[in-house]
Amino acid sequence: MKLELSGITKRFGPLVANRDIDLVVEPGEIHALLGENGAGKSTLMNVIYGLYRPDGGQILIDDRPVTFSGPGDAVAAGIGMVHQHFMLVPVFTVAESLALGYEPTKGMGLLDLASARETVRTISERFGFDIDPDAIIEDLPVGAQQRVEIIKALSRDAEILILDEPTAVLTPQETDELIEIMKQLREQGTSIVFITHKLREVRAVADKITVIRRGAVVGEASPESSESELAGLMVGRDVHLTTDKEPARPQDETFSVEGLTVLDKAGFVVVDDLSFGVRQGEILAVAGVQGNGQTELAEAIIGLREPHSGTISLDGRRLGGDSVKARLASGIGFVPEDRSSDGVIAGFSIRENMILDQYDRPPYASGLALKPAVIREKALEKVEEFDIRLTSIDDPISTLSGGNQQKVVLSRELGRELSLLVASQPTRGLDVGSIEFVHKRIIAERDAGTPCIIVSTELDEVLNLADRIAVMYRGRIVGIVPADTPRDALGLMMAGVPEDEALARVADGSAVTTVSQAAEGDLP
Amino acid sequence: MSTVAPDRTPQPRDPSSGPGGAAAPAAAPVKQRAWKYPVVYSVLALASLLVFGLLAGGGKQTTFTFASRNDFFTIPPLPVPSKATCVALGLVLVVLAAVSIWATFTRRRLGVWFPLLFGIVFVFAFLTWSAAGAGRMPVTALLAGALALSVPLIFGAMCGLVGERSGIINIAIEGQLLAGAFLAAVVASALQNPYAGLFAAPIAGALVAVVLTFFAVRYWVDQIIIGVVLNVLVVGVTSFLFSTVLTQDPATWNARQQLPNLPIPLLSDIPVIGPVLFNQNILVYLMYVVVVALQIFIFRSKWGLRMRAIGEHPKAADTVGINVNRNRVLNTLLAGAIAGLGGAFFTIGSGLAFGKEMSAGQGYIALAAMILGKWNPMGALFAALLFGFSKNLANVLSAIGTPVPSQLLLMLPYVVTVLAVAGFVGRVRAPAAEGKPYISQ
Amino acid sequence: MTNGTNPSDAPGTETSVTGQEQPADTSAAGGTPTAGGTPAAGGTPAANSVLRDIMSGSWLVSVLSVVVALALGGVLIAAADPDVQATLGYFFARPGDFFIVAWQTVSEAYMALLRGSIFDWEARSLVRAVRPFTESLVAATPLILAGLGIALGFRSGLFNIGGQGQVVLGAMFAGYFGYALGLPPVIHFLFALVMAAVGGAIWAGIAGVLKARTGANEVIVTIMLNSIAGYLLSYLLTQSWFKATSSANPASRTIFDTAALPPLLPDPFRLHLGFVVAILATLFVWWLLERSTLGFEFRAVGENPDAARTAGISVSRVTILVMIIAGALAGLGGAAQVLGTEGKLTGGVAGTIGFDAITVALLGRSRPLGTFLAGLLFGAFKAGGYLMQSQTGTPIDIVLVVQSIIVLLIAAPPLVRTIFRLPTPAKKVAA
Repeated sequence: MKLELSGITKRFGPLVANRDIDLVVEPGEIHALLGENGAGKSTLMNVIYGLYRPDGGQILIDDRPVTFSGPGDAVAAGIGMVHQHFMLVPVFTVAESLALGYEPTKGMGLLDLASARETVRTISERFGFDIDPDAIIEDLPVGAQQRVEIIKALSRDAEILILDEPTAVLTPQETDELIEIMKQLREQGTSIVFITHKLREVRAVADKITVIRRGAVVGEASPESSESELAGLMVGRDVHLTTDKEPARPQDETFSVEGLTVLDKAGFVVVDDLSFGVRQGEILAVAGVQGNGQTELAEAIIGLREPHSGTISLDGRRLGGDSVKARLASGIGFVPEDRSSDGVIAGFSIRENMILDQYDRPPYASGLALKPAVIREKALEKVEEFDIRLTSIDDPISTLSGGNQQKVVLSRELGRELSLLVASQPTRGLDVGSIEFVHKRIIAERDAGTPCIIVSTELDEVLNLADRIAVMYRGRIVGIVPADTPRDALGLMMAGVPEDEALARVADGSAVTTVSQAAEGDLP
Repeated sequence: MSTVAPDRTPQPRDPSSGPGGAAAPAAAPVKQRAWKYPVVYSVLALASLLVFGLLAGGGKQTTFTFASRNDFFTIPPLPVPSKATCVALGLVLVVLAAVSIWATFTRRRLGVWFPLLFGIVFVFAFLTWSAAGAGRMPVTALLAGALALSVPLIFGAMCGLVGERSGIINIAIEGQLLAGAFLAAVVASALQNPYAGLFAAPIAGALVAVVLTFFAVRYWVDQIIIGVVLNVLVVGVTSFLFSTVLTQDPATWNARQQLPNLPIPLLSDIPVIGPVLFNQNILVYLMYVVVVALQIFIFRSKWGLRMRAIGEHPKAADTVGINVNRNRVLNTLLAGAIAGLGGAFFTIGSGLAFGKEMSAGQGYIALAAMILGKWNPMGALFAALLFGFSKNLANVLSAIGTPVPSQLLLMLPYVVTVLAVAGFVGRVRAPAAEGKPYISQ
Repeated sequence: MTNGTNPSDAPGTETSVTGQEQPADTSAAGGTPTAGGTPAAGGTPAANSVLRDIMSGSWLVSVLSVVVALALGGVLIAAADPDVQATLGYFFARPGDFFIVAWQTVSEAYMALLRGSIFDWEARSLVRAVRPFTESLVAATPLILAGLGIALGFRSGLFNIGGQGQVVLGAMFAGYFGYALGLPPVIHFLFALVMAAVGGAIWAGIAGVLKARTGANEVIVTIMLNSIAGYLLSYLLTQSWFKATSSANPASRTIFDTAALPPLLPDPFRLHLGFVVAILATLFVWWLLERSTLGFEFRAVGENPDAARTAGISVSRVTILVMIIAGALAGLGGAAQVLGTEGKLTGGVAGTIGFDAITVALLGRSRPLGTFLAGLLFGAFKAGGYLMQSQTGTPIDIVLVVQSIIVLLIAAPPLVRTIFRLPTPAKKVAA
């Protein structure tokens, strides 16, 4: 089956998510759709799958124009989709998940689950999936859940399979398995649209690559293209961000972590016996693929997570069982990873968000009473200092752009004497101008003598800010290396290769190609 | 409350196979032995042995009677010595508690029969003690009354669970019961036919559901708020009409009508159980049908699968072409109709005229029964029966003049429910998406 | 670039492994769709927010909701009236009769409502003419107090449906310490008031502690606690040690004069100090929410518990504190009934105050001033309803109908705008 998009445009209010997109997916081809986060890939796929209606353009299947009024039409036309966030009901069994929406019945509206089970088994056998039809979804590991999604699509005779960021939640091993599955599907004649922003995976599996940026197709490439070519197309600007900074002048090591182990709710180790220190006036960047324990490390430092064992010390004092409030009071500045859910309160005014974690301390309060005049005055000062573009500090913060919201967070966290700065993904979702500003402020904080920990999954950001880089993999620090470590070596370390080996392999040129060895780090 | 961390890290699954060889000890969480139940059983058993048995005054008798009017044959009244019986039953309870301790120690799971058996023995000990020296303890009447009081609760709980499993929280069960009771009485009276009321009641319940879904689905108003307010609205409207139209001409609008009892041949002749379960009016039989049908259809039918999907993960349902909001509305209307039927039991089911606020908070107990029954029809059925039983027991005990304060017995269902939602009695887990409006793109 | 998740690519970053992802997190979207439930933009200075509310038409929506509700109530009154029904018999012959009679019936009822609640222009003396207004204030007192408690919960993201139980406990404590204990004047009623607040706080505190410690849903727990409180009261009223009288009636003995809330006006007015307490409580709640660090925490947790936790606010502490304060306010409402109006403890002493308080808080948009005004309105309905019932035969139950319709409409502003074809207020779009 051949899928063709011609001139697809999709708007959300003033925002144009897809602009005049042309795309041809030939039968039995793996077609990668490559683009940064927010480039409009998912929107496009939702248009193909009938979840969104395009504002312009046409979808053609085998050269015949089709219109989808819902996912049902798309499925009937032979399109299957595996969403980035799985569309599986956690309490259902695999067979029930398969049946949903396409229920086999045996009279009186009663389900014929036996036939659903049989379908699961048949497809599982064909691809060697090993999925128990009676397993409950929420008990399955992520990779298996994804296979259930694929079985779902195949059971509806999908000839075109859309995989939306399928590797975002997978471990490198699972990613390898998925790539094998994709190749197998291609052999059996299924076309695959593979949405990703990871260059290595694309090169490992795609037959054809379309790159989109800011909602528009910016070019096509073959898998033989070099990664820097692809990255250039995808990012469309100088990939190497550089903010001017003086060399660090590190002083005493005032912050240290010893043998820190953190468990998640289910009791699994997520931070595994970490030990490191940060000196005053230096930035330690924690690099790594998302989900390797960085988030939990940052949360343990601020006290949102209780460590299972180990100690965290600041200025010669163990933080131990201190509450978040106590840690903030002892001078830890914390920029949370997810700004909208943890960093600001959408319904609160800008003024109130600026004192979110300092409202009960002088100068903003005395006793139980807030001091509105002081709060207002300081807020206006910060607006000035951080160049926050707003109409009024009394407006809800949700009226600001992401970049300005982040500036509010930074103005709050940097606007006081700090003994430690912990910032997670400080520039996520920001435009280039804002990124530059944020980086400058962080460097200024370092120069003022504050020990800084920057957690980032963006290698560019890490390289731009770091004085030293700690690479995390599976809850452990693979190594702490200087800021001038080659990108390729960092990439290997992010895939778990020990420091020495990574450096050696980069040195002798045997850098890696398979995905599991360098799961992440699109190293241009 | 959601966790602070937005993502879970899947990596420690296979710690030793990474290229780095970083061996993370996979701390597989070990299941603790749950000592909560054996402790509860032991405390209850010892308390029962002491309070009902050893510490009670001796020399009294408790007489159980089993008579009812149309028994096939009569079981004679059974007088038993109170203290000795209680001691014996108390010892049985102690043995059962020991079994539970043993089962926990050896990590064996006891079936549903265990709490049921324990409960029955405990209740008998309690009955023997509380009726000691007083009048007779009419077992058949106790059970029959318990069933009668449970019927509206069961219908109400079924309504609640159909709604919540579809993702709509329904606090308005109370209002739906009341509306059903009202319309059933009025229509039955006006047409002088109780069966006409049987058709009217579901319509009344569904009408309340129409308002509920209109505000919940169309305008995304918080479902708890609408439910609470709807209850007030229904009380207002029915009380207003009762005080005006119904009182002006009660002969036309509020004459008593009763659904006749339809004894099922043979089954109704079984002693004790027969008259309780199988000599009832059609509403009770309908209740059996509704519970069994829901139990089957919620878990084994296309309708039920879709219902559970939209209550747990509506977006997943949407992506396979299921119209989430339409299904939610239709299911909630059906649920409203079920509750309306339950309301009919207050009037035409019991042969009573309509009275102001006659549902008297039963809708809230139905909600409790639904939660205690863990959103399962059979579970909710048993919870509702338990509540009906404790309520009727309170009535019977105060009628035969025992020292047990009826208010404390009446309080019991609510206390049990509080303990249940606080996690002291099993784990309850509501449908994940309940109460959240579904907004499709 | 590496794999950060961009909000504009993936809606929300709550990616749990099972992919349970809820549609646009309501709290993050800036105000819930529930106009009445948890108010959006909290925390602006009162004057400023009042201004903005008028601008955005939400006060207009409130007023229009009252109008629609009164109109619908009028329809019900007319429909239930035998005279009106009679005119329907010859409607097509003389339709005018129908409208005239219907208008007369409805206007008579509402005039009586007005005379019974504001000013009785048909009364024989000035005192009698003014008395209805003070009666409205008497009826409003417990509604305002309990309503403030509910509103405080809503602002903090807690659905406290348990006002009823908390009012009952407040009444119980106030009554018991009012008749079972001899204390000097002034000290006595102050002590009884404090104990009432304690009683309500304990009852609400149970729900707060269970929610904070075990995650038990406060809606269910408070609903159950309402019923438990009711049975507890009726049980205690059978116990002579508690009610301090051996009478068989399920009622306590009368409270000591020293415990009675002093009247603000001479006989025959019943207005008592409780109303002053209600005013003070309104001011207190305003200060608490808008001007105190505690209120900042409450509102932060109500708007976004995750961000509040990240900012060092203890969500469970807030949950417990809010419930305790809310319960104390509701308890004071119960005290106003026993110590101010009724003078003794009976099974029905709390009436439906606790449930009415929910509607009061919703109508008041969970703002202290709004709740105060809504309490006055519903108090007036209540007071006027009695005169309406006795003089025109229109049952007081119509008040419940009007109240509930008001709240339903207020909770759905778009519906009201549709009814009146009002323009949709320009929505601020996040840039």
